[in-house]
Amino acid sequence: MLKCRVIPCLDVKDGRVVKGVNFIDLKDAGDPVESAIAYDAAGADELCFLDITASHENRGTILDVVQRTAEACFMPLTVGGGVRTPDDIRNLLLAGADKVSIMTAAVHNRDFVREAAEKFGSQCIVVAIDVKQVAPGRWEVFTHGGRKPTGIDAINYAKEVVALGAGEILLTSMDRDGTKSGFDIILTRAIADAVGVPLIASGGVGNLDHLVEGIRDGHATAVLAASIFHYGEFTIREAKQHMKTAGLPVRMD
Amino acid sequence: MSLAIVDYGSGNLHSAHKAVERAAAQAGITVTVTSDPDVVRRADRIVLPGVGAFADCRRGLDNVVGMVEALQESVISRGTPFLGICVGMQLLASRGLEHGVAEGLGWIPGEVVAIEPKSIGLKVPHMGWNTLQPLRPHSLLKDIPTGENGLHAYFVHSYHFCATHPDMVIATTEYGEALTAMVGHDNIVGTQFHPEKSQRLGLALIGNFLRWTP
Repeated sequence: MLKCRVIPCLDVKDGRVVKGVNFIDLKDAGDPVESAIAYDAAGADELCFLDITASHENRGTILDVVQRTAEACFMPLTVGGGVRTPDDIRNLLLAGADKVSIMTAAVHNRDFVREAAEKFGSQCIVVAIDVKQVAPGRWEVFTHGGRKPTGIDAINYAKEVVALGAGEILLTSMDRDGTKSGFDIILTRAIADAVGVPLIASGGVGNLDHLVEGIRDGHATAVLAASIFHYGEFTIREAKQHMKTAGLPVRMD
Repeated sequence: MSLAIVDYGSGNLHSAHKAVERAAAQAGITVTVTSDPDVVRRADRIVLPGVGAFADCRRGLDNVVGMVEALQESVISRGTPFLGICVGMQLLASRGLEHGVAEGLGWIPGEVVAIEPKSIGLKVPHMGWNTLQPLRPHSLLKDIPTGENGLHAYFVHSYHFCATHPDMVIATTEYGEALTAMVGHDNIVGTQFHPEKSQRLGLALIGNFLRWTP
């Protein structure tokens, strides 16, 4: 039976982890590779790196991080942040990423999604969608960390990128992100039910019940969280045990 | 002893290389990623990875002059142990129906067709960790806990292998129906899942492949 996935996400800037992992005695809490190894050992189902490097000159640092991670961890790795061209995707895949997530570039040019899926296969193209509620039952796609509205309806957009070849949706509620008040379940379910591809719920996880709600009520197939894992509030194993007790299928290998 | 990972421009060879290398280091096996048919011809074991669409991968393989012939000679004529991974496994089929019809290597008769979700809520791609149901014993699964309570393998695919001969299906995985997870006969074996991404199960399976004497 297919298990639901628990995915820790690390923000990486200039090759270093921002908001470093401090749940375990790492020699260097800023080294993404060390954090990746720790999560691999802890039973994470996938790992996500979000590259938030601002300067163009340092964009290459993520490739080195991905390459070193792939040498040490034999688990699936998704990398996103600043992916704008087919060459960006190719370089990340060659470095060892299994999936690449596209956000702003897909908003500005939908054809990029089609091109990416045709060239590299839908299975490795994740479209990340940052969303804010603009009216009851209406959500809009935002860019620039939730600061820039696009006027695009989130549900229609999700359907559109899936039709163009996206193999997975990474949905983040910018209303909930950082609030620890749980996923926006109505939003998550609306999009999960509207598309035929797997959906990763993100934004707002503050406790383990939230993870259960994302899957059970939000119909997501995977849940992504950062701070509850990085700061050692809960281990991956505790999260999975909690989900298992709630009756969800999880991998406890 | 030498192992060749066939490089035909299909995606993520780095992970496959590193995973095989880790398992091979203990066994004293040299691992080479190569697009040279002569290196493949001389190898004692061959791994054919593959990520992307069937037709694209087939084109990529054909574009390496002499590679298909080298594989035929080693694997079919001389019986060199062969492992295909993901699309590298699907290429064993007679043909694939992804983005048009493309011929496979035809070593394991069958077709690669789209997964049609058998119940509401099942998403395609079949993506994530699933267990294996072995249909028959196989050296590559030796000492690996399988079944509903066994270890998990990492899958990510939208098409699946429908083998003509059921006895060439070694293991399936449950996703609304039994999808083919592993095929093989004689010295040929293929996994739909990614051993190089499947942590314990994957490294154990690769280790078994390195010791396999079909």
